Amino acid sequence: MINQNSQTILNVKNLHANTDGTEILKGINLTVKSGEIHAIMGLNGSGKSTFAKVLAGHPDYTVTQGNVQFEQQDLLAMNSEERAQAGIFLAFQYPIEIPGVANNQFLRLAYNTVQSKRGNEELDPLEFDDFVREKMKLLEMNPDFLDRSVNEGFSGGEKKRNEILQMALLEPKLGILDETDSGLDIDALKIVAKGVNHLSNKDNAMIMITHYQRLLDHIVPDYVHVMESGRIIKTGGKELALELEKHGYDWLHSHQQNNAGVSA
Amino acid sequence: MSAVLQNLVNQPYKHGFVTDIESEVAPKGLSEETIHLISAKKNEPEWLLDFRLRAYQKWLTMSEPDWQNVHYPKIDFQSISYYAAPKPKEKLSSMDEVDPELIRTFEKLGVPMHERAALAGVAVDVVFDSVSVATTYKEKLAEVGIIFCSISEAVQKHPELIKQYLGTVVPVGDNFFAALNSAVFTDGSFCYIPKGVKCPMDLSTYFRINTEGSGQFERTLVIAEEGASVSYLEGCTAPQFDTNQLHAAVVELIALDNADIKYSTVQNWYAGDENGIGGIYNFVTKRGLAKGVNSRISWTQVETGSAITWKYPSCILRGDNSVGEFYSVAVTNHLQQADTGTKMIHLGKNTRSTIVSKGISAGRSNSSYRGLVRINPTADNARNFSQCDSMLVGDQSGAHTFPYIQVRNNSAKVEHEASTSKIGEDQLFYFAQRGIDAEEAVSMIVNGFCKEVFQQLPMEFAVEATKLLSFKLEGSVG
Ligand SMILES: Nc1ncnc2c1ncn2[C@@H]1O[C@H](COP(=O)(O)OP(=O)(O)OP(=O)(O)O)[C@@H](O)[C@H]1O
Ligand SMILES: [Mg+2]
Repeated sequence: MINQNSQTILNVKNLHANTDGTEILKGINLTVKSGEIHAIMGLNGSGKSTFAKVLAGHPDYTVTQGNVQFEQQDLLAMNSEERAQAGIFLAFQYPIEIPGVANNQFLRLAYNTVQSKRGNEELDPLEFDDFVREKMKLLEMNPDFLDRSVNEGFSGGEKKRNEILQMALLEPKLGILDETDSGLDIDALKIVAKGVNHLSNKDNAMIMITHYQRLLDHIVPDYVHVMESGRIIKTGGKELALELEKHGYDWLHSHQQNNAGVSA
Repeated sequence: MSAVLQNLVNQPYKHGFVTDIESEVAPKGLSEETIHLISAKKNEPEWLLDFRLRAYQKWLTMSEPDWQNVHYPKIDFQSISYYAAPKPKEKLSSMDEVDPELIRTFEKLGVPMHERAALAGVAVDVVFDSVSVATTYKEKLAEVGIIFCSISEAVQKHPELIKQYLGTVVPVGDNFFAALNSAVFTDGSFCYIPKGVKCPMDLSTYFRINTEGSGQFERTLVIAEEGASVSYLEGCTAPQFDTNQLHAAVVELIALDNADIKYSTVQNWYAGDENGIGGIYNFVTKRGLAKGVNSRISWTQVETGSAITWKYPSCILRGDNSVGEFYSVAVTNHLQQADTGTKMIHLGKNTRSTIVSKGISAGRSNSSYRGLVRINPTADNARNFSQCDSMLVGDQSGAHTFPYIQVRNNSAKVEHEASTSKIGEDQLFYFAQRGIDAEEAVSMIVNGFCKEVFQQLPMEFAVEATKLLSFKLEGSVG
């Protein structure tokens, strides 16, 4: 929800990033305040995931220009685990499998690491087990997933749910959901959306990367941004997504509403 | 000097040629004379001297193996001194005198307090009364008739057992390093479990080695009589230093009908510095004979140290229905090289063997698995299952698998699975994005990878091994 008096959580200015010498992000500007939900849309290959990964500190990308403030801190000066500990969470478009590492162990280590960095109490295995099972209920996940290796052999939808479970455990300030809706069946989409809505509150913010309006029916964004070739070329309210669904991305160009760099 | 040694020194030398019997250290080099000297110093019976001389004669005809996938400068066997009188270790008077670096290592590994003192060479009675621990241990074993002592002591007190079994599993001329060991071994462990006795506790060399110092050419003999069972632990997770670069041990296990020997090793010899300078060369021959029906030999090893490891704990499955197992984790980092694996020789009917090998290579290290499964014509319905997994950390390390399978009986069933995986940057990023740093991530992935092997270790050992692995891989990711 938009509230002009809210704190700014994220402030991205003129962000440029390279990989292997190719520039992928070409000057992104974006401001996210607490309580807000932002959607980022755009064609395949426009740089949405890259933007998410750069915010999370993926080592493959080099920031060449611009700066990013996260809760009064210089985000780009922090390494990726520090960013996570500070409250950036990325639900991956393609969650990776980690054979041999039990999901519950992984979740507990992540939880306890983040908790201790934030000065909170850690949980022992038994306490954690109760805690995580509660969170799994919210997402209607079968507790059997705790004993399996992290994401190994999970179906596409199961992996996405496991990502949201992690978000529920780590309670980030800023959740970035990269196409969490793709691969989810209709029921799962509703469950995940319910979970995200449940987690979203006036003190945190969400950025949802998606191609489809159907997610935005369930999680209603305050702002919709459109990315193209590494820039945000258009920003609007939730209606923008409906327009895009109706007319496609070409419609943006025919309307010549190219106002690159507008921040929300 | 101990009483035994004192007696020995005062004895007229039996073999008629002159050697400086007073000297504490034998002159460098290996000759018949050296062997006479060792045998005399240790007051050994004639047959043991013969055993040594036979081994030496064999050794002279053999050459150092070069088929293994390790590289090191040629060893000059004539520049080694083969006998030094056991000297009591210099004792420190308190824990405060111990090198802080060593304490830091102990803390990281979670070595229990009383062990730290002993390992660091602090006179134990000053800090902790672990002498009494060792004594209680011995008394408890004696009650059920178990013999657990140094092999030198066994030669004196139980010569008939040594004579009957020594060299029956690893013959004197078995291989170059085993022949060398047979000629010059100075000490090691002996363990005998009488008929029907289940050893009431894990037998740990830890209680022996700290008092006597580990040998360069160690010799171990474990015998489980009919229906007996024992779990034997060798080594410890604390780093072990030694001024001798070459180590060539021999371990022989013998399991009679329905007997069960489980032998677990955690090896953490000094591996040399980052450039591989100064590390130990560890050339070991370990072999178990599952001699009786329904007997079982099980090897579990966690190899983390040494500059070079050359080691193939093997099982000869002679008894019908006997079982052989090999569970191994070998970690190499920096410039370490390991060529390790096993041999499962099936002779009896319905014999079964299992091989689970996990190799982890980090830094610029190299690790090879080399395994032989042989099913002889007599071994009807033999079964083998082998699984060899390698994991690479970083992109400068190497892993190799050399399975040799020889099946000479049509009823055999042999399965071999192998895999190579790599800890990828995207996996590490996934951990990082959840707040977990690379070191912890690697440790978690690696421990997951080794789970099947760690499960075989006694509980306490497994916990220590887990920590050891993390410690070994520290700094292997950037
Ligand atoms: N590590 C990389 N190496 C080379 N090219 C890359 C790398 N990462 C991203 N790219 C390229 O950058 C562009 C943007 O990719 P990105 O994954 O950010 O797109 P996206 O907007 O998320 O697309 P989609 O909707 O298909 O998920 C693509 O052309 C992609 O191939
Ligand atoms: Mg994407």
